[in-house]
Amino acid sequence: MSPSQTLTRPDAAVSPDRPAGPAERRRSRSATPLLSKGVVNGVLLAAMLWTVLPLTWLVIAATKGYADLYQTGGFEFARVQLWENLVELFTFGDGLFLRWLLNSFLYAGVGALVSSMISILAGYAFDKFRFPGKERWFGLVLVGVLVPAAVTTVPLYLMASDLGLTNNFWGVFLPGLASPFGVYLGRVFSQAYVPDELLEATRVDGAGELRTFWQIAFPLLRPAFATLFLFGFTGGWNAFFMPLLMLSDHNLYPVGLGLFMWRQLINTDQDLYYPLLMTGSLVAILPLIVAFFSLQRYWKAGLTAGAVK
Amino acid sequence: MPPTRSGLARRQYGVAALFTAPFFLLFFTFTLAPIGYGGWLSLHREQTSGLGLGGEPEQVFVGLDNFTRALTDPRFLGSFATVGLYCLVYIPIMIGIALVLALLLDSAYARAKRFFQLALYLPNIVPGLIAAMIWTYLYTPGLSPIIDALEKFGIPFNLGSDAGAIGAVANLTTWMHTGYNVIIFFAALQAVPREVIEASTVDGAGQIRIAWSVKAPMIRGAVVLAVLFTVIGAMQLFTEPFIVRDAATTIDQAWTPSLYIYQLTKAYDMGGAAAASLILTVVLAVASFLVTRFSKKGATL
Repeated sequence: MSPSQTLTRPDAAVSPDRPAGPAERRRSRSATPLLSKGVVNGVLLAAMLWTVLPLTWLVIAATKGYADLYQTGGFEFARVQLWENLVELFTFGDGLFLRWLLNSFLYAGVGALVSSMISILAGYAFDKFRFPGKERWFGLVLVGVLVPAAVTTVPLYLMASDLGLTNNFWGVFLPGLASPFGVYLGRVFSQAYVPDELLEATRVDGAGELRTFWQIAFPLLRPAFATLFLFGFTGGWNAFFMPLLMLSDHNLYPVGLGLFMWRQLINTDQDLYYPLLMTGSLVAILPLIVAFFSLQRYWKAGLTAGAVK
Repeated sequence: MPPTRSGLARRQYGVAALFTAPFFLLFFTFTLAPIGYGGWLSLHREQTSGLGLGGEPEQVFVGLDNFTRALTDPRFLGSFATVGLYCLVYIPIMIGIALVLALLLDSAYARAKRFFQLALYLPNIVPGLIAAMIWTYLYTPGLSPIIDALEKFGIPFNLGSDAGAIGAVANLTTWMHTGYNVIIFFAALQAVPREVIEASTVDGAGQIRIAWSVKAPMIRGAVVLAVLFTVIGAMQLFTEPFIVRDAATTIDQAWTPSLYIYQLTKAYDMGGAAAASLILTVVLAVASFLVTRFSKKGATL
């Protein structure tokens, strides 16, 4: 044991009558009061409470009526009327909320399917094909990753308004499809999952590039597709600024914007809108939680491929 | 006869064009063209010709007028000051917490690592809008167990002040984004060669010492990248203050640059909005450059 260690850690329980060996070292470490199993897991547990409690609050709030929301504590149950709240949520305004949910599935779900396919195709091409100016084109993709949404949103709104596409499904759907970050990930994944030798073999066999992609490469890239889909879906579901600018017809709203509209109306009828908002928020998160947990095998691969290169 | 190299290459050009066309077509239309259009807009102002009624609005070239207007507007400059202050509070706290949690997860003592990762990541999938609404309620005195607890400990939490507003938004964004960075840092830590850690253990370094002096420096790259992405995101802050201002009354229409731009857009001052967006982009580029530059310099020291 080095002297500096005993100097810096006088708190370590070292009994002087025993020789310091490996066992001793292990002993003294586990006796460090600052970092023990209990402390480490205790801190992690506290952090987990901090992340989970606000969501718990939402779950409980969704079971309450307006009066109980203010008269009972945030984390205590009052009269549970979740079912009534849900019925009200889905029947209010001729099923407006259901319509918003469907819109969100179109914007985010179908959008993410198309966008992931586009990204995989381009990423695969950047990884496996030779073509002139390839790295310069890829440089353009990387610049695209860094373009802040702020620069494109306002001109897009004006372009859409010139073309009569504001207040239109396509005005929100189309601009979200091209994802430079997705193409970057697509290339990284293609490098990782599709061995070059495999493609060489099929090329020698004379299979066309399209067939090779569909029958050989795409099945290998399915985890990458799932990752991109998951990112696209959460991003699309959570989009707020763009629909806020583009849409004024509330029949076209995605669910987030719809909830925002209810929030603006809250003071006109608190009895009605508070439970709608709470229950609606809870229901609006559920598809994300389902997507996340069913595709959780993939998300970590995507996060880390993108960030730790 | 097997295809010759040049034949193969030519076939690849066509198929490469086919595979990349959908992306580039959309990218040109919905990213590059708007940037160009934004540049043009920033140099023009819409004016109604004639004496009001019946006149078609037309775009008049005004040079850099929109830029000088934005740069001399104290509200726009103030929005950068607010967002700068917010970054100084939020980024060290969020990245610090994420790093500590990742190091704890990576320590030999941590149990149920997968469960903790999932639980910590959970807020990241909650839409910013809904997260902001939840926290706005949790900030409302009388409703909020948190504010009640803080007041019991004698810590006044006044959302009506500027500091309170920044604290409220920073707490919300920290809640949302810490887990994401925990996952990234944890993955980077897993890639640290085990021999390095074993060597330091044999040398007698304690767990905390190893975590801070051995592991943390080795994931420096991941941390710098996380700071960079966080700066870019934080400076474009929009949704969170847009909602939280229901509880934090000092958040005005120009609290952040993005709120300022939104408010100009709603007022149909497109030239002003486009100019302000471009200024924000330049500031973002400078900030990104400084983050990477600063971290490189630090590495050589």
